Amino acid sequence: MSAGSLILKGVAALVGVTAVLFVAATPYHGVHVEKEDWSFQGFFGKFDRPQLHRGFEVYSQVCAACHSLNLLSYRNLQEIGFSEDAVKEIAAAVTVMDGPDDAGDMFERPGKPSDHFKAPFANEQAARAGNGGALPPDLSLIARSRAGAGFGAHEGADYIHGLLVGYKEPPADFKLTEGMNYNEGFVGHQIAMPPPLAEGSVTYADGTPATVEQMSRDVSVFLTWAGEPNYENRLHTGLKAMLFLIVFTLIAYAAKRKIWARIH
Amino acid sequence: MAANFKNPVVRWIDHRLPVFTFLHHEANEYPTPKNLSYWWNFGSLAGFMLMVMMASGIFLAMQYTPHVDYAFNSVERMMRDVNYGWLLRYIHMNGASMFFVVVYVHMFRGLYFGSYKAPRELLWQIGVVILLLMMATAFMGYVLPWGQMSFWGATVITNLFSALPVVGEHIVTLLWGGFSVDNPTLNRFFSLHYLLPFVLLGVVVLHVVALHRFGSNNPIGIDTKGPQDTIPFHPYYTVKDMFGLGVFMIFYAYWVFYAPVTLGDPVNFVPANPLSTPEHIVPEWYFLPFYAILRSIPDKLLGVIAMFASILVLFVLPWLDRSPVRSGRYRPAFKWFFWMLVFDCVILTICGKSPPDWIWSPFAFSISPDVGQVGISIIAMGQLATTYYFGYFLVVLPLLSIFERALPVPLSISRPVLGAGGSHAAIAQSPKPMEKL
Amino acid sequence: MADHAQTPHGQATGEQGTRRDFLFLTAASVTAFGAASAVWPFVSSMNPSKDVLALSSIEVDVGQVAEGQAITVKWRGKPVFIRHRTAAEIAEAVKDDGADMKDPQKDEVRAQKPEFLVLVGVCTHLGCIPLGQKDAEPKGQFGGWYCPCHGSMYDTSGRIRKGPAPLNLEVPAYQYVSDTVVKIG
Repeated sequence: MSAGSLILKGVAALVGVTAVLFVAATPYHGVHVEKEDWSFQGFFGKFDRPQLHRGFEVYSQVCAACHSLNLLSYRNLQEIGFSEDAVKEIAAAVTVMDGPDDAGDMFERPGKPSDHFKAPFANEQAARAGNGGALPPDLSLIARSRAGAGFGAHEGADYIHGLLVGYKEPPADFKLTEGMNYNEGFVGHQIAMPPPLAEGSVTYADGTPATVEQMSRDVSVFLTWAGEPNYENRLHTGLKAMLFLIVFTLIAYAAKRKIWARIH
Repeated sequence: MAANFKNPVVRWIDHRLPVFTFLHHEANEYPTPKNLSYWWNFGSLAGFMLMVMMASGIFLAMQYTPHVDYAFNSVERMMRDVNYGWLLRYIHMNGASMFFVVVYVHMFRGLYFGSYKAPRELLWQIGVVILLLMMATAFMGYVLPWGQMSFWGATVITNLFSALPVVGEHIVTLLWGGFSVDNPTLNRFFSLHYLLPFVLLGVVVLHVVALHRFGSNNPIGIDTKGPQDTIPFHPYYTVKDMFGLGVFMIFYAYWVFYAPVTLGDPVNFVPANPLSTPEHIVPEWYFLPFYAILRSIPDKLLGVIAMFASILVLFVLPWLDRSPVRSGRYRPAFKWFFWMLVFDCVILTICGKSPPDWIWSPFAFSISPDVGQVGISIIAMGQLATTYYFGYFLVVLPLLSIFERALPVPLSISRPVLGAGGSHAAIAQSPKPMEKL
Repeated sequence: MADHAQTPHGQATGEQGTRRDFLFLTAASVTAFGAASAVWPFVSSMNPSKDVLALSSIEVDVGQVAEGQAITVKWRGKPVFIRHRTAAEIAEAVKDDGADMKDPQKDEVRAQKPEFLVLVGVCTHLGCIPLGQKDAEPKGQFGGWYCPCHGSMYDTSGRIRKGPAPLNLEVPAYQYVSDTVVKIG
């Protein structure tokens, strides 16, 4: 049997296995999600820094009123290009409970870069009480937990974007529960969250016009980054690893040919 | 036969503790059939994966906190703050999938080429023990990140034992260490998840010892008849394994770097909440066929029994398939049934993934909840596939042993000519004795 | 890529042999390089993580410490002694600058402001925490600190004067961010 046919078989096996895995990974589409174009897609993907900054502005000016971002610390903002001083300023704008001090009392102090993002509510009960019984989910991993199990990080961003622009007038025959809102991007099309974005909800520092489309795209990118701050790192490392492995495999193949030539 | 080592230190040690002789014997000059195909690479790949999983697991355990209040965040801390923690975790979580890919291919190779037949029955059975240990380890490892699917997967799987009459409830309580999956459960799963791979390693050693007793089977399935049929393991198979490893690692690296969470369930990025069950509870892909078998039986206890039986049947496989011809290459009918089994396992995988009340329409190429569609329900399809799965082992193989007419088998590996008129006293390999069987 | 013209049965002769050796040498070095690079993430993961590093500096208001008193703050998991020294203590430390010491150091290089002494409170012998922070605790013959484990004695500048410890108490990197606030680390 020639090496060529063996390799063919090997490739066929790998393709076959991939196909099985792909089938196994077919996601549920509880809802139709429109595929968008994002700068971070693909092998060389990168987050657009100004867009991340704008996304942070949307989060802090709109989302942060109800949604926590528990897994992020203010220091993480430095990774997306905020200066150390800017981060200190952002952190110092919030008041953090600390303690106990030497007298055994809790005390308040301005936030530090090492502090986690301050949550809008003290606990789940307070969050529910403030939102008519509905719990605004933590957004740290929203992009990852709402992604279909598809290939690529864009799925979470697609979902968030689809949800934020999905508020529509309900069809005439749709029975909307009291206090709920019609949203085409949400499973069941009923969501407790009222439309969070309206034209001009956010004042962008860079002067970009704050359309609903713009804001929802920006915050989707920000939350994708927040779900995996090491995303770009992963792609870079992957590129190096792949290049190495290809070289390694070619050399191993050449060595294999040489050695096996002795008995062919 | 002690090898002659040049290095005096090696020689000094080897004289007192013959590890080098042992290694030389078993990994260097070890005579291996010269005709092994690339399907034989998967054994060493499985060994490689075990090493990768143990190494990455040990380093992850240094960062992990097995407590219901901290487990989820400690895992996210690895992903965000620990240097290369994200890489270690992606290597480990995708490594589990890769381990199963490799082991499943390894098993199907054994099934096709009759590697389970005499004198390798025990080798095969030890392999099945390895599979069981892998499953237990993978299941408990999946619970550790303490996401929604971790928690509910643990709840559902431990509840399987409640199907046992009388003792069921007590066993489940014992497994949990409480009245639901909770902190004691997480703690013991962590402990066992760390322990079992070492047990696994021990069983792998037995697997290799059993392998080296008679040597590898080979694509034509006949025994090696002398030095003309074999080549030393090193350098021939070491270099071939290296090449295979390279190809495999490219595949593995693709998942780690470019689709690291595709094989997992996104719901596991939501912290465990004992008060709310996710809409669909689905195990990881490598358990899907067994999950489909479980679901296809409407009775709770019988379903559990069927699921375990689907693996236990592999233990008696060497006595179900009595055909003296090992390799599927010379078994024209067997081939078809074998590939149908492969296809059947794919179908079971799809069934395990899909919600049971959905409809599969092969012509529309879709699986959907649309009841108006023409098609077959996932449950019915799972039942069909389960029937074939057991049918293959319990009916097809025994009957084939009796009725199949095997093709002529070559006389030896180095002389790939057919046996007719050969002077070798071949073991029942010519077609004539087959007819009498 | 691979050479098709092979000598049968692998006789390594002449140019063939050289090329083969080169190939195997390349293969071996590439493998070694790969293995080494693969080990690095594992080793690196044991180094302090980002959240640990983020907490590696603290700010302390030393203005509250009365003269003659000392406080202990936790920094990087270790105690830091901050002593508001009296004029007498400073004088004593300066007077001993020329004394016979294991680890000679002038007092002026050990305190940015002479009245506040900032030290890592870990005995340089084997890592115990010396006594002497509270009034009631023994301070040793030199009025500084006394390590109960093996009897090392430090003076009012935190210098080792007697006992097995080889070095003076470590002065951490710190700076005054205002008149009374010290940033350690």
